[in-house]
Amino acid sequence: MALIELQKVTRIYQSGDTEFAALRDVDLSIASGEFVAVTGSSGSGKSTLMNILGCLDSPTRGVYRLDDRDVARMSRVELADVRNRSIGFVFQSFNLLPRTPAIENVELPLIYAHVPPAERRRRATEALERVGLADRSKHQPSQLSGGQQQRVAIARALVTRPPLILADEPTGNLDSVTSLDIMQLLAGLRDSGITIVFVTHEADIAAFAHRRLALRDGVIVADERSHSPTATEARG
Amino acid sequence: MISGRETLRLAFRALQRNTLRSFLTALGIIIGVAAVICMVSIGEGAKSRIRGMIEAAGTNVILVFSGSSSSGGMRGGMGSQPTITWDDLRAIQTELPAVRAAAPQARGGSEVVSENATWTTTVYGVTPEFFDIRNWALDHGVLLSPSDQAGAAKNVVLGATTADKLFGNGVDPVGQSVRIRNAPFTIVGVLERKGQSGMGQDQDDAAFIPMSAFQSRFQRGLGKFVPGQLYVSAVSSEAIEPAKTQITQLLRQRHRLDSGEEDDFSLMTMAEMTGMLTATTQTLTTLLASIAFVSLLVGGIGVMNIMLVSVTERTREIGIRMAVGAQPLDIMAQFLIEALTLAALGGVVGIALGIGAADLLSSRFGWSMAVRTDIVVLALLVSAGVGVVFGLYPARKASRLDPIEALRYE
Repeated sequence: MALIELQKVTRIYQSGDTEFAALRDVDLSIASGEFVAVTGSSGSGKSTLMNILGCLDSPTRGVYRLDDRDVARMSRVELADVRNRSIGFVFQSFNLLPRTPAIENVELPLIYAHVPPAERRRRATEALERVGLADRSKHQPSQLSGGQQQRVAIARALVTRPPLILADEPTGNLDSVTSLDIMQLLAGLRDSGITIVFVTHEADIAAFAHRRLALRDGVIVADERSHSPTATEARG
Repeated sequence: MISGRETLRLAFRALQRNTLRSFLTALGIIIGVAAVICMVSIGEGAKSRIRGMIEAAGTNVILVFSGSSSSGGMRGGMGSQPTITWDDLRAIQTELPAVRAAAPQARGGSEVVSENATWTTTVYGVTPEFFDIRNWALDHGVLLSPSDQAGAAKNVVLGATTADKLFGNGVDPVGQSVRIRNAPFTIVGVLERKGQSGMGQDQDDAAFIPMSAFQSRFQRGLGKFVPGQLYVSAVSSEAIEPAKTQITQLLRQRHRLDSGEEDDFSLMTMAEMTGMLTATTQTLTTLLASIAFVSLLVGGIGVMNIMLVSVTERTREIGIRMAVGAQPLDIMAQFLIEALTLAALGGVVGIALGIGAADLLSSRFGWSMAVRTDIVVLALLVSAGVGVVFGLYPARKASRLDPIEALRYE
């Protein structure tokens, strides 16, 4: 069954009298457990697509079903709830809270999920272990390398055990070696059943995905799958 | 929405992260609250002190003035024209059941000259009952006697300050002689120290001579009229009102006033006098407190300013929180509680500081102070209210941010 179902999704931005369609009648279905790369030049609509998939933005027209729920017409309050329960975000610039220890950054989504403090700490520690940073839990972002910060961000995305992780150029600020590490980590997560959609510019990063979408001018122009072994196995 | 405790924790976290800024912002509130508490405490102190002093001046006392108190027409004010006679006084002393005692008191300024010093003071002409009515005890010597009054004896009782000024501290001047208006007076007694009056004048800076002697030295030609005013004491505090009625009826009858005519005398109780003075103090206190409240308001604006800066500065943090699932209300509560905490902490510190300042000022300048619990509670509520009111706008602004824009904010 499809985790993500977009039907004729259009997003129009309005500035003054001029309208600009960032997405036009996009149909897209992503099954549970898929590992999807979204590529496209800047202005192609991939950020808009990610924002809509991430329930940070709502389509102007069209249907968006996430986990069989119609999220296109939800209120801000309901959307916040969906983001909290169903989606984990990983950003290009990590977006950790400054001057806040790693463990507390990871706990953040659990605060808004009303998880009691002791349970919160336990789950956050678990998530940090999973990204291999258990020994850095008291470190503040400024004391961590870029790769480590992105690992903390991934732990934060994982901690609510969401079915979907959205990563917006997760390796954009990292060197190539660290980039590969991070992609390995994401690939590992997908192997445990989490659906992952990520945006990238780079072909070698996109190669990790099983499915690659290309956007241009708000339309999906390519949708190719590699049926052959998964990226992890290929590199394994 | 997440729990209040969780929100409070977040607020404390954020305030801790910017300790100096939090402190400076709270300082506005601290100063405002401290000023209010300090002003009101000192004002209250002055009020209770005035009350105490007027009560010490003699309880159950009614003052009777010659002349009308009414401002109707061009009539003279209180005491401007003598209308009360010695016969009136005797009638008040003897005929009225609610009256315990009555005594005249007139005053004039004069130099008092001893062998070593000259001191300008207020000389009072009184009768022996006066000291009893004013509740004024002797320190040593004797008081003026009825025979002093009858014989216009040149005897004087000194107030403590006058005695000190003329003879030096701690010297017993009883038996010595002083000159008042070129006449030698023998000191028969020194009064106990009474301190400042409700109006701030030193009551012990005085000399008391028999009214008969006063009349021959200070105020001639009044004949049958009593100079100055009368001090009347009622038999009890419950008897004050009856005594007033009785005095009024008696004097109207004796002065043959028709029912349509105004009184040619006026009465004032110590309670009324206290009321008048405390009302004045109250006005001053209110004035000072309002100025202090303005500074509290300014403190509140400071809170708003910093919260606005904070919201802008933390736009990205707000975006992150929203992305991971914070509701708009969570964000609003976080910033509102932050402002509230800042203001309430400022309030608590301000209260302590205000009480401390009032205490210091009162001990430094010999004022008195009284902390009013209701004002303390009010100040706390107002500062918390200031936090809410001035925190609301920035908090709403934060909660309405678009998460996408917020995440992109540099």
